[in-house]
Amino acid sequence: MSDPAPQSNDDGYRRGLRGYLSGFLIAALLTAVPFWAVATGRLSAVATIAVIAGCGIVQFGVHLRYFLHVDLSPGKRDELHLILFSLLLLIIMVAGTIWIMVNLNLRMLVMPGGDM
Amino acid sequence: MSDIAQTGFSFDATPTMHNDDPGKAISGFWLFMMSDLIIFSLFFATYATMLTPMSIAGGPGPKDILELRSAAFETGALLTSTFTFGLASLAIAHGRGRAQAMGWLLVTLALGLVFLGLEGREFARLLDIGAVPQRSGYLSALWGLVPLHGLHVTAGVIWLTILLVQMGTQGVTGRVRAGAARLALFWHFLDLIWIGIFSVVYLGGLA
Repeated sequence: MSDPAPQSNDDGYRRGLRGYLSGFLIAALLTAVPFWAVATGRLSAVATIAVIAGCGIVQFGVHLRYFLHVDLSPGKRDELHLILFSLLLLIIMVAGTIWIMVNLNLRMLVMPGGDM
Repeated sequence: MSDIAQTGFSFDATPTMHNDDPGKAISGFWLFMMSDLIIFSLFFATYATMLTPMSIAGGPGPKDILELRSAAFETGALLTSTFTFGLASLAIAHGRGRAQAMGWLLVTLALGLVFLGLEGREFARLLDIGAVPQRSGYLSALWGLVPLHGLHVTAGVIWLTILLVQMGTQGVTGRVRAGAARLALFWHFLDLIWIGIFSVVYLGGLA
């Protein structure tokens, strides 16, 4: 009889392979859809932006799950907390910057047509 | 343990290793990557604020200079390279032998170089048509964001080359496995950033 260890190792390898393969296929699909939407221009402008944003956000999660192996399991809790906190900082800084700059831009645009 | 082994990021702490706590080393690398993520996010924020007519300043805008075709090829090369790095991680984690690990790492390296070549060609074209960074605020932001990612990929390519040399000369030792685990995180992270770039800069700009 053969040693059972290599068998289980083989199983683990196949499971890992399946994980990377599904991640790759899902990511490729989530990339192809927004590229298709922009290339054909068949959707309305708002719908195209929505497709790009939606696919991008989902693909972010797919890469985290299948390639960076961050999930909800207790062993990955530290990384997950770190990522969530970084995302919080990111959203505050990016959304705050865009908010302030768009606001300033609107105020500047009033000037030429104003009473001055 | 079996959970870690499946992921491809497992490596045994051998007595000869410098870092005696591999878990800590990976956590530390996550800290670095997240601080890098913050840097990228500020470049993204700058880029977004530079999309106004005032910042484009009569110069070329995204629709005038960006091409969907080259973005698609760059995306394909990088996404495939992240997959082939995953296959290399698996080969290392499950002891599939040095040849298989190095084979997939070489494919990854080649795809990384293809990506850099495509991006280099794209930005050389921008130089040719006068879309230089000093032309407008928009172009400064574009030249800041996309090549920053390219610079990271260049660093990854250099690191990967060194890792391949180490693997070739030392074999798949604990130290080499630890390096491969961190480079895998870095490489997958760069593809994550690229999702933001192709969504915001290319697809958002051309939609």
